[in-house]
This record gives sequence, structure tokens and C-alpha cells, in this order.
Amino acid sequence: MIPAAFDYYRPETMDDVIAILQEHGDDARVMAGGHSLIPMMKLRMADVPHLIDLQAIDGLSDITIEGNRITLGAMVTQHDLIAHDGLTAAAPILQETALQIADPQVRYMGTVGGNVANGDPGNDMPGLMQCLDATINLIGPDGARSVAARDYYESAYMTAREDDEVLVSVSFDTPSGGHAYEKQKRKIGDYATAAAAVQIANSGGIVASASIAMTNLSDVPVWSDDAAKALIGTSCDADAVKAAVAAMLGDIDPSEDNRGPVAFKRHVAGVILTRAITRAWSRTTSRA
Amino acid sequence: MNDMTPDREERSANLKGMGCSRKRVEDARFTQGKGNYVDDIKLPGMLHGDFVRSPYAHAKVVSVNKEAALALPGVVAVLTAEDLAPLNLHWMPTLAGDKQMVLADGKVLFQGQEVAFVVASDRYIAADAVELVEVEYEELPVITDPFESLKSDVVLRPDLDGQTEGAHGPRKHHNHIFTWEQGDEAGTNQVLDNAEVVAEETMYYHRTHPCPLETCGSVASMDKVNGKLTLWGTFQAPHVVRTVASLLSGIEEHNIRVVSPDIGGGFGNKVGVYPGYVCSIVASIVTGVPVKWVEDRMENLMSTAFARDYHMTGKISATKEGKITGLHCHVTADHGGFDACADPTKFPAGFMNICTGSYDIPVAYLAVDGVYTNKAPGGVSYRCSFRVTEAVYFIERMIEVLAIELDMDAAELRRINFIKKEQFPYTAALGWEYDSGDYHTAWDKALKTVDYDGLRKEQAERVEAFKRGETRKLMGIGLTFFTEIVGAGPVKNCDILGMGMFDSCEIRIHPTGSAIARLGTISQGQGHATTFAQILASEIGISADSITIEEGDTDTAPYGLGTYGSRSTPVAGAATAMAGRKIRAKAQMIAAYLLEVHDDDVEFDIDRFVVKGAPEKFKTMKEIAYAAYNQAIPGIEPGLEAVSYYDPPNMTYPFGAYVCVMDIDVDTGVPEIRRFYALDDCGTRINPMIIEGQIHGGLTEALAVALGQEIAYDDIGNVKTGTLMDFFLPTAWEVPNYETDYTVTPSPHHPIGAKGVGESPHVGGVPCFSNAVQDAFRAFGLRHTNMPHDHWRIWQTANKLGLHE
Amino acid sequence: MSDKMHIKLTVNGEPKEFLAEPRELLIYALREKLDITGPHVGCDTSHCGACTVTLNGKSVKSCTMFVAQANGAEITTIEGIGAPDALHVLQESFKEHHGLQCGFCTPGMITRATKLLEENPSPSEEDVRFGMAGNICRCTGYQNIVKSILAAASEINSAKEAAE
Repeated sequence: MIPAAFDYYRPETMDDVIAILQEHGDDARVMAGGHSLIPMMKLRMADVPHLIDLQAIDGLSDITIEGNRITLGAMVTQHDLIAHDGLTAAAPILQETALQIADPQVRYMGTVGGNVANGDPGNDMPGLMQCLDATINLIGPDGARSVAARDYYESAYMTAREDDEVLVSVSFDTPSGGHAYEKQKRKIGDYATAAAAVQIANSGGIVASASIAMTNLSDVPVWSDDAAKALIGTSCDADAVKAAVAAMLGDIDPSEDNRGPVAFKRHVAGVILTRAITRAWSRTTSRA
Repeated sequence: MNDMTPDREERSANLKGMGCSRKRVEDARFTQGKGNYVDDIKLPGMLHGDFVRSPYAHAKVVSVNKEAALALPGVVAVLTAEDLAPLNLHWMPTLAGDKQMVLADGKVLFQGQEVAFVVASDRYIAADAVELVEVEYEELPVITDPFESLKSDVVLRPDLDGQTEGAHGPRKHHNHIFTWEQGDEAGTNQVLDNAEVVAEETMYYHRTHPCPLETCGSVASMDKVNGKLTLWGTFQAPHVVRTVASLLSGIEEHNIRVVSPDIGGGFGNKVGVYPGYVCSIVASIVTGVPVKWVEDRMENLMSTAFARDYHMTGKISATKEGKITGLHCHVTADHGGFDACADPTKFPAGFMNICTGSYDIPVAYLAVDGVYTNKAPGGVSYRCSFRVTEAVYFIERMIEVLAIELDMDAAELRRINFIKKEQFPYTAALGWEYDSGDYHTAWDKALKTVDYDGLRKEQAERVEAFKRGETRKLMGIGLTFFTEIVGAGPVKNCDILGMGMFDSCEIRIHPTGSAIARLGTISQGQGHATTFAQILASEIGISADSITIEEGDTDTAPYGLGTYGSRSTPVAGAATAMAGRKIRAKAQMIAAYLLEVHDDDVEFDIDRFVVKGAPEKFKTMKEIAYAAYNQAIPGIEPGLEAVSYYDPPNMTYPFGAYVCVMDIDVDTGVPEIRRFYALDDCGTRINPMIIEGQIHGGLTEALAVALGQEIAYDDIGNVKTGTLMDFFLPTAWEVPNYETDYTVTPSPHHPIGAKGVGESPHVGGVPCFSNAVQDAFRAFGLRHTNMPHDHWRIWQTANKLGLHE
Repeated sequence: MSDKMHIKLTVNGEPKEFLAEPRELLIYALREKLDITGPHVGCDTSHCGACTVTLNGKSVKSCTMFVAQANGAEITTIEGIGAPDALHVLQESFKEHHGLQCGFCTPGMITRATKLLEENPSPSEEDVRFGMAGNICRCTGYQNIVKSILAAASEINSAKEAAE
């Protein structure tokens, strides 16, 4: 598997990145760790005449926790997420998710930006970012702008990012309460058959807030407001969880692939979500 | 004389002979990155070849335009069938008596079929040129189902149109390849018709792929000055490749040197001859410089050597008490676009006729129909001896189904039908003569070790708990008792392309008492350099550490049929022992001369010959070797060498008893292997460490096949499992620890009693994992469900049984 | 074809310079330009880990990295891990515990294991299985690989304790 030839750029400033993108339009792509893009290029399913490597841009690998706000640079790797104690203390769901992505080597190269930016329905971070109500920060020729993760994904591989924009970071408030990232996959290195990101806050035994998103069950990540609402105000009892699952099942739209037919995926989505909610809730009570 | 005195013990230990867990001599280079695999070969001026492959599963090739590709700087040649036709190399014979296109000759029959071969100065330019070759296709109707194929008007192989006789008898339909019948059809039907109990089942053993970590490849170098062709490649049978290359190219065999360097796993993938090998040879002949071809993983999974793809229907009859009375088996075998199965010539369905298994079944009948479809050719023995995997899966499923029919415990049903120890050598209903076995002892040991009764009790409790809603996990107990048939094989009934399936060993003892032995086999990870030296050490009394084992270079090694079907130890291992005995016989004469006694007055003792009754008078093998080269001995030629070509009198029949305990999440379909116990009897054990390693590996490949590994096609013949994202190769995370155990029942006809072990765990493992999954649902009415038992199929089984309601 | 770049790498402690197209994959540059043939290509899609090298302190799959991307990096391959007369503990341990068969995955396996033991010097069996899950072996069933790594860890730790 050999990619087609391309011109390689390793700019040192974001202005240079934008300039190259503007010059070449569709023919240019930015690359972070390359673990989504390079296999596609090797299979000649992605044609990238101008490849812009972001590794020399300062600051893109930073994990910043300022007060209640966490920002992850686009070049932060899954390995960085796992290894960062402060982050794990502030938002443990990131480590739990990252550990379920690919394998150790891929996690050393795979980045938050690459995982979030492209709109690959199989990636885990987009659903997680929707669960955390993250903001996706972009820079383009007209300067910086932010898009809510919940508004970012339009369809498979189609996002709110313009071709001449670069995803530079994601930011979100420190989540509160209990968390869980539950994923069923066929083996290490596989995408999810179904995965669920759940954050729940507990106030005196009652669900004070909840956020629920699922991955690889539609052409975009599925954040279900109805599912969260089904939990809020309840004691997260079996009926409430059932209602949340039912709401989520109304929002997903899985398609058949080698992981199985639609009926199976819908069933597993319900099971995985039930487990995620249960685990997240158990973590709130254990903390309370 | 034969007491193990400390001195003798030490001398014996120093030999590192049979029975010890000698560390592997191969590992020094592999652990330091100094292995030498085909893709490591780099020759001056070497070009790279790459294929244009068909995106369609069935299409006419209207035209191939190579102008744009040839115009790309660095492209040296683009070969098509038209270019190969004048050399008569556009088609090649297969091992199964069919022929296969080397490059598409007017049409393509499967997705990924080779259409043109691009030769360029490096792999990057070659890949670019592949994109520039313009091929015009006209799509044809695609058939991916063998049953449909036999009904279809579409003629897949117009080149065979009108040929009603195939390589194995009459063809019933234009897409039919052969019918192979064994056993007594009338007698079997009569027994089935009158039986007290008959169990019937239809099962599909899905298509999969051996997928060694190293793909297939070759480097051909035609030296036009000397008229010599050297071919390095991933060959499990280098000598046969030389013969085939000679027959195909017209180059005399002495002018061809075939070398199998280190091979990164074979598992049957590297037995066949592939278009890539032929094209690299032709390209080197055309260009006059070396040409390398190495397939990528996608090409490997799509085009070289699938395994299995057997649709099997069985009927088994028994008395009410469970004594089996007859077995009927029909197979519809999907061979893909060409019949390129790698079986001994007379066995178009391999040794499928071992499908009576480990059981004393009085009468049986087997018929196999081979069929063409629009899928890749192959049908290799993936870590098994010629369809034994299919046969064992078939009988071990039939036993389970019969147990259900009889409402009987499956372990007990096996026990009452085992061939008894005193019945060996045992002639089975389908013709094979089993050499030796003690099945009851092995079975009892296995069941006792795992506390079988306790497991069944726990399982019953689990079922009750499940019914009460206390758990969503079921427990499965997988049982398998397998008998393999390996070590092909006697020349009288086993050949490949006319070459009898003997094997060979040639030994040279050097004057200082070290040695080199060369064999006709080739290791692909089995550790031949370690174990064959151990056999020889025990036979000739020279330390294994002083013996080099060499294989794989046809210029130096004696002719042999190669390594697959667990034949290395049964055949080449026997040749090694026999050649060693010739060395020893001559050494005895030399020793007697040196000790000034009669030949019969000396005897072999570990590493020396001693005068009978006077052990203080002796000559060590080292001294004898020196004398062989330095002393004129009347009536004895100088030197100490021997060669043996061993034609085994029979196959060997390793066996084993496996138990798997599995917990299955009914809601997600996720299985969890709690325990796997494997008892193997491979006869005499040469190196327990290596045996154990082979068992771990074979079981893991079995786990993969049973639980998810498949080559799947969609309706229009697209391969759905072309990368390792979808083709299941388990990682360390998905694999359990295995418990290994053994009994020893030597083969009575093998010089050292060894039977071979490399494939047993795969052959026995697949049905054991599968039986565990299926057993978990037995209490809820499951009779049979097909592999692979991946998450969704297990879920579907539970769903159909109403377990999600 | 695009213009060739001037690539500089430090491989196993030695500076290397060569010209390469940016699209050339690091694995092929190592194997074909520098004759470092220990790392292998197994799957082409970053699943099998046969091509694993250590790059700037990270375990990476060199089949999924352009040589241009690696420009300037420090790389360690199996060839830089031990010497014939001074094998790394892991190399010895794989030999001792039969942690390899055909040897094709072994360079990537051992290279990854060296990094794993840096990340976690006292791993449990589960840690080893999880930490090695980016490397596929078709021969061994992993049992003896896990054993080799655990034994190496314990040997390294005992040697450290003895030195303290």
C-alpha cells in the first residue's frame, strides 16, 4: 500500500498553515498524528497533493486547566491524555475513553485534533466532546471562531470546518459528577460496535444534570438531549434508565457492517448505554 | 550397562537430544532483527513488481492500455496475458489438476485477480504505474454461492466448456469441478434407514485465510550470462517450486536454484504457486535484472490461498444407548474461480475422509462436490493436514448433535464410541489405518483434570440462575476429542504433481566431530534447526549444539516435499533418524576397527561405542569422526556421510482431548474464555518447550477462526474483510492462557515414534471453541449454529432462542 | 513523483542523511535506504505492530508515518536495543521463554516491550497484555511472550534492587 506523491509542508506558524490552505484549497490537508489520514492515503482513498504537518507549530500539544476550563490542543495525543494526572483528576472520562481507543502505539500518535476534526463516525472523541459540551476552536483566514461540538458534525466526514480552517483546540468545562465511557468492539484496534459517553451529576440522590452521547451508531455522533432529560430529576432507577435508553434509540440510526446488522447494533446500543449510565451513576453515589 | 550413572547422565544431558526443552538456535538472529526474510533481500539493480488487480468479481477484460503507465519515468515493463502467451505462461497448472490464469486472459473470475504486472525501479513508481494502467471491463453476473453456481446458466470457466471430464472424474455441470466419493454408500444408507436414532445437520465451515504475519513474495534473478535462475521466495515447498518453475519456464532444473529464506509464518498460505512468483520470474527473464514482488496485506487476504469454505451435511445413526452405527457426509466445496487446492493429487478433498474421527463407526460414506464460484482460488490447509480441520469439525459437531438427539451427555457419548486401545492398528470405515491410540486414557485424564462433573453442575446451576433472572451470562463447556492424520505421506498414495511425498535428510559429519544435516523441509517458525538437531544428537551421539541444520536451498538440500500438513517430523524427522542410523552403522565399524574387536562386539552408548562388557574401552563419536577422515581403514571408504529418503509406511495419527469453558454475555454476544485445557498426544516428544509453543499458537489461530475470522463477500463478490480492521487476528488482550497436558502413545511405524504436533491444536481447537459457544445454548434448545461466532452471530443465536424477551 | 527532500535522522545513535520523497514511509526508508531490516511490514494499516520503532521516546508504527514526518527524529529499532555480546534483558528473556517462533513479529514485539517496561516497570500480566495489544503474533498465542516480558521485568527490577 503506497500513497500517491505529495508536497510536504512543515510550517512553524499558523499563519503559514492558513496561507498554504488558501493557496491550494481542496488539494491541501493538515495532518496531526496522521493515523486517520495516512491509511486512507495508502489505500489511495484520500488524495492529498499538499500535506501540511502541524508538528512544528508551538502550543498545539498543550493541555491547559484554568479554573473550571480545560483546553486540549489539537496535537495532544491519546497517550498524553492518559498520562496527564491533572486532567485525569479533573475529567477522568478522557483517560477512560482514550484507553479504549486503538492500541498503545497508535495512541502515541493519534491526536485529539485528528480524532475530532474529520467527522469519521468511528472515532470516539467526537461523541465524548458532545457529551462534554465542548467547544471546537478553529482558525482560518478570517481569524478564530468556535463551534459547539454538538453543532460541528453534519454527516460522515462533513463538518462545520471550512477547508481553509484548522482545528487548533477543543475546550470544555470541568465535568461534574460521575462518568463512564463504555465501548463494545470486536478486538483491540477496532472501532466501536457501540460506545456511550455519559456524565451524570447527583444531588441528594437525584440526577441533577446528565449528558449522553453515543458513537458509531449514525453517520455523526449522537448526543441525545431527550436521553439526558429522561434521567434528570429521577433517582436514576431502572425505569429512568430505560426511558433514557428508549430516547437514545430514537435518535440513533446505525447501519449494517461487518460488526453486525442493525437490529443487533440497536440492541447493543441499549445494553452499552444502560451499563454506561449505571456505572456513571454508581460513581456519583460513591463520591457523594 | 544401561544404568544411568552420573557420568552417563551428564553425557546424555550434554547431547541435548530428544526429550529436552532445548532453547532455540534460531532465536539469536530473530531477537536481534537479523532474520533474513524475502523482503529483506536487496540485489543490485533490483526492480519492483506490482499488480493491477480486478475490482470486479466477474468481468470480461475488453482491453488493457498500458501506454500511460509505460510513459511514467522509472517504469520498465507492463506485462499482460498477451505478453505471457507466446511463452505459454499466461496460464499455469494448479496443484489440484486445474489450471489458473497468471494474468487475466480475456476475463476475470474474482475480485483482486491479477490483470497486469508492472515492473518499475522502485515500489513507489510501480504503485503509481498500477494506477495508470487503463483496463476496460465489461461486468458479468457474479456467483458467490456454490449451490446457485450449480444451477446457473452462467459459465464461469468457458475455457473448460464442453469438458465433461475433470482431473478427478466426470463433471456434472459447467460450474462443477469434481465429485469425490469414499466409503460404502449403499451400506451406509441401509444402516441409516433402519437405525434407532438418526441425527441430521447441515453446517457451513466458513471461508477464512491463514494470514501469516509475513505476506507472500519472491525475488527472481535471471543470470543470463550463466543461464541460471535464482528464485527466493516464501515457499513452504521450495523443491516442488523448482520443479514447477522448470516445467513452466523450460529452464532445466539444474539451472534453477530456489531458496526459501526465513519465512514469517506459513500456515498453508505459502504452499501454492502464485501468479506473483511466475511474474517475478518472467519479469526478470525479460528485463535481465532481479525483480522483487511482495504482496501487501490486502492482496494477501483477497488473492492468495483462502482456507475452508465447506458446506457440509451429515447424518449419523446410533442405537438408543448411543452406540454409533453409521455416518453419511456430503460436502459442497466452494473452490472459487480456479481449483487451486493444495492437496495430494489423488485427494481432491484432502483427507476429509478422516471424518469418522476418533470413533469406531462400522460404516460410512463421504461425497464431496467441488464447485467454481466468483471467489478467490485456494483451498489450502490452514494449519492442518489437508481438510482435517473440516473433517474434525464435522464429526465433533455431529457428535454434539447426536448427543442432543439422544438427550445424552456428550462426553459419555464420545467415550462409548471411541476406538479402543486394543483395536489399533484400526482400519476406519473410510479406509485409513490409524497407527496407534489410547483415547480412553486421554479422555479420562482430561475430564478428571477439569472436574468435568463439577463443571456440568455449575452450568446447570447457571442455567437455573439465568432463568430466575439473576444473571445474563451463560456458561458453555466445549468438548473435543480429535484424531488427526498427518505426515503425508506414503508415496504409494500421496504425491504432489507426480512427486511422491517422501522426505529427506543428508548428513555430513566433519572431521572434528561436528556435523551439518540438510533436509527437504523448511521451517516457518517450527524450530527445525533446534529439534532436528535433537533427533540427530540422540541418534548419532554428537551434541545438538555441534550440529547445523540447513533447509530451503535447493542447490544444497536434498529433494523433499516441504513443510505443511505436520509432515516435517513424521517424514523428514524419520529421514533424519534413518540417515543418523546409517552414520551410526558406519561409525560402529570404525569403532570396532579402532578398538580391535569384531563389529558385533561394540555397542552404542550415548556418545560413543564401547566394547561390550568393558565400558572402559570405548571410542567417542568425535574420535570416530576424526578417524573416518584420517585413517585408512581396510574395506571402509573414508568420510562419514549419509543420506536417507524416507517413504513413510503410513501416516501418523496424533490425537488430543480439549475442554473449553466459556462465559457468554447473552445481551452483547461477547464470549469470555474462562479456561482452556489441551491434552495432546503426539507420540514421542522431541522438545516439550516447542510442543507447548506450537499448542499455544495453534489454539490461538483456532480461537480466531471459531470466534470471528472470515473472508466474507458481498453479493457482487466484493471482499468485505480485506484489512486487519475486519479480518480478525486476536491480540494478546483477546487471548487466554492455556493449560497444556499430554499422554505419550508412540507411533509404532515411525523410527522414533513421533507423530507431529504443529497443527493438532488448530484442528482440535476450532470445534472445541465452537462447541463451547453452542453448548452454552443447549439448555435453551440450540442444536447447531454456524461459525464464526462473532458478537452479532452469538447475539442472534440468543435472540432466535427468545433470550432477549 | 514529487521532489526529494533531504532527510536527517538519528537511528540507533548514528546520524543518517539521505534523499527521499516525502511520501516514502518510514518503515521503507529504514529498511531500504538504511538497510535496517529488523522492523517488518505486516499489515500496512497500523494494526499489527511488526514495524514498531521508538521515535523520540514514543512507540510508533513506522508503516503509518511518512519519512518527511520523521525528519529530524531520533529512532531506535531492534538493531539498537542490544549487541550480540550484550543482549538486552528482553532479548534474552524471549529466547529463554520461547517468546517467538517465526520471528517476524519479534523485532516489533521486543521494541514495544522495551518501551512498555519504561512506562510501567512492574506490570501485571494484564498490563502486559494490554500494553502489547498493538503487536500481533500469529505463532505463539502470546502466552510465552507475556511470560518473557514479565520475567524480564522481574529480572530488571531485581538487578536494580541489587544495585541500590
